[in-house]
Amino acid sequence: MPNVLVVLEHASGSLRKAARCALGAGQQLAARTGGTFHAALLGAEVAAAAQEAAAAGATVHAVAEPRFTPYLAEQHAPTLAELARAIPAAWIVGAATAQGKDLLPRVAARLGAGAATDVLAFGGEGEAVTLRRPMWAGNVIADVEIATPVKVLTIRPTEFAPAPPAPGGAVVPARGADAPAAAKIRFLSFQPVKSERPELTEARVVVAGGRGTKGNFGPVEALADALGGAVGASRAAVDAGWVPNDLQVGQTGKVVAPDLYVAAGISGQIQHVAGMKGSKVIVAVNKDADAPIFQVADYGLVADLFEALPALLEKVKASR
Amino acid sequence: MPLKILVTAKRVEDPESRIQVRPDGAGIVTEGVNYRMNPFDEIAVEEALRLREKHGGEVVAVGIGGEPALSEVKAAVAMGADRGLLVRHDGPLDPPAVSALLAGVFERERPDLVVLGKQSIDDDQNQVGQYLAERLDLPQATCASKLESLESEAEKRRQPGLLLSADGRTLEVTREVDGGVELVALQLPAVVTCDLRLNKPRFASLPGIMKSKKAVIPQLAAATLAPDLAPRVVVRSLTAPPARQGGVKVADVEELWRRLHDEAKVL
Ligand SMILES: Cc1cc2nc3c(=O)[nH]c(=O)nc-3n(C[C@H](O)[C@H](O)[C@H](O)COP(=O)(O)OP(=O)(O)OC[C@H]3O[C@@H](n4cnc5c(N)ncnc54)[C@H](O)[C@@H]3O)c2cc1C
Ligand SMILES: Nc1ncnc2c1ncn2[C@@H]1O[C@H](COP(=O)(O)O)[C@@H](O)[C@H]1O
Repeated sequence: MPNVLVVLEHASGSLRKAARCALGAGQQLAARTGGTFHAALLGAEVAAAAQEAAAAGATVHAVAEPRFTPYLAEQHAPTLAELARAIPAAWIVGAATAQGKDLLPRVAARLGAGAATDVLAFGGEGEAVTLRRPMWAGNVIADVEIATPVKVLTIRPTEFAPAPPAPGGAVVPARGADAPAAAKIRFLSFQPVKSERPELTEARVVVAGGRGTKGNFGPVEALADALGGAVGASRAAVDAGWVPNDLQVGQTGKVVAPDLYVAAGISGQIQHVAGMKGSKVIVAVNKDADAPIFQVADYGLVADLFEALPALLEKVKASR
Repeated sequence: MPLKILVTAKRVEDPESRIQVRPDGAGIVTEGVNYRMNPFDEIAVEEALRLREKHGGEVVAVGIGGEPALSEVKAAVAMGADRGLLVRHDGPLDPPAVSALLAGVFERERPDLVVLGKQSIDDDQNQVGQYLAERLDLPQATCASKLESLESEAEKRRQPGLLLSADGRTLEVTREVDGGVELVALQLPAVVTCDLRLNKPRFASLPGIMKSKKAVIPQLAAATLAPDLAPRVVVRSLTAPPARQGGVKVADVEELWRRLHDEAKVL
């Protein structure tokens, strides 16, 4: 039976939302293949996150060793590959986050496996699972099959619901693979983007600004804050240094799918739209009536964002 | 310490071109589509050139593909690469195959550093650098970036974002990760993949273009580097994504508010 192993990402003691979505995808796969359902957690402190994952019905291989925090692909890949062989797992699933995309291909290479990035859904029948994934900035959806015995994939977290609770889970302590004495890579530091706002990929509302803000994100931030939302940006705004890179939405940035996405001063190039077209409701505010963003917006307002956003903010405040 | 740098130049569809699935779902419509170097690879070439300008050494550009892929190798030479190399393979290639071929080139060239793009904008896999690093048992830094913005003074002075230590043995790389940026130190040889904010690539100069026209680009048959190039990731069919229905234009903020509040019920 093709068993499933989900590689879990965690932060400050709990699973990241993307990891819970990967667990959801893992549940689906295990149901399809009839295999057993496993998860792996590596880090200095993993107990609480392991309990969370076990609640989704997974056998959680918990490797609690200081050398796995902070994360480095060179450290994590050998242990994950060894675990996959021991289980043995035929499907290895991660989330298409910065860490997942850094790590999973390295695990795949160790296992001689093919890998698919950013999987949107599973296709095919029964055990013959095909993977749907975007290509060319989402202009094309491909149905792909991984031809190697071990198959590796990262799922797009906005396309899979977090795993619901399921019985049968357990936490099993495990050991990390032997590591070479002299590491070829050293972690030096992490500079977090400090923000009181919710995380971009997890927020219910995202207000995003582009080149049209001319560097003044004030109205964008004020509206986001009034709605308890996150701030997003186009590549143009990030490249200009107006906002941190972490806020870029698009083909090469974050993929978001909030209930409400407000695009202000963003033209709507395909590379941007690739990261937000899964949003439930899209609002566009743009001075140019012909901007392509209006082709994907549910509600389009041809206006100057410096007038429209503050006016909308007043409406929001007045309704409270 | 002079550095020998291997840099990749992949031929891809121009991101400005309209990409459409062929009616038979077996490929994309190629009529009217322009081709160019993968934008992330231009950033990789630029970074390699800046490192050479600062530390000395050699930049070797490699492309993998059919005869047309020669143009992108030449484009890298036109930007300033010292020489180019085309690994000839006609037919589909996936990241396991590309990384096997690049590993073969690595063994021949023995560079100190391999610089790639983080992602091809056609297959959007973001895998080759990681596969390559694992195959060669080398350290990797994906999504290389820098703290200074693309409008900064450092960028205007074309300073490399990758920092080589005084003894030339380690490279400090700033990486874009979720929630911030991270700094790692890699022992050379190493593999680095480039993100958008690492630099603004230069345009090829006229003398550069003249030089690239005359340059002889050696071609290596893929089979001499890696015996088994059969795709591990097999594309069965392509379809157009479900179109998102454009909605309505609202007259003013008043109407927008009403629609969001009463109709969509998101506010
Ligand atoms: C390989 C590659 C990857 C890329 N990845 C991404 C990605 O991940 N994310 C991304 O966003 N882009 C990405 N891009 C860039 C993308 O192609 C566009 O260049 C970018 O999205 C444009 O940003 P923008 O809409 O803010 O700027 P512009 O296209 O310049 O649009 C600005 C808009 O603001 C409007 N405007 C101006 N003033 C006002 C005002 N006062 N009020 C209201 N509206 C106003 C204008 O009418 C215009 O429509 C990528 C490109 C490439 C080649
Ligand atoms: N056929 C190719 N020729 C040269 N370089 C390639 C090729 N395919 C991928 N690469 C390199 O690998 C990077 C990542 O590609 P990918 O994993 O396909 O998204 C690209 O940015 C290129 O630098």
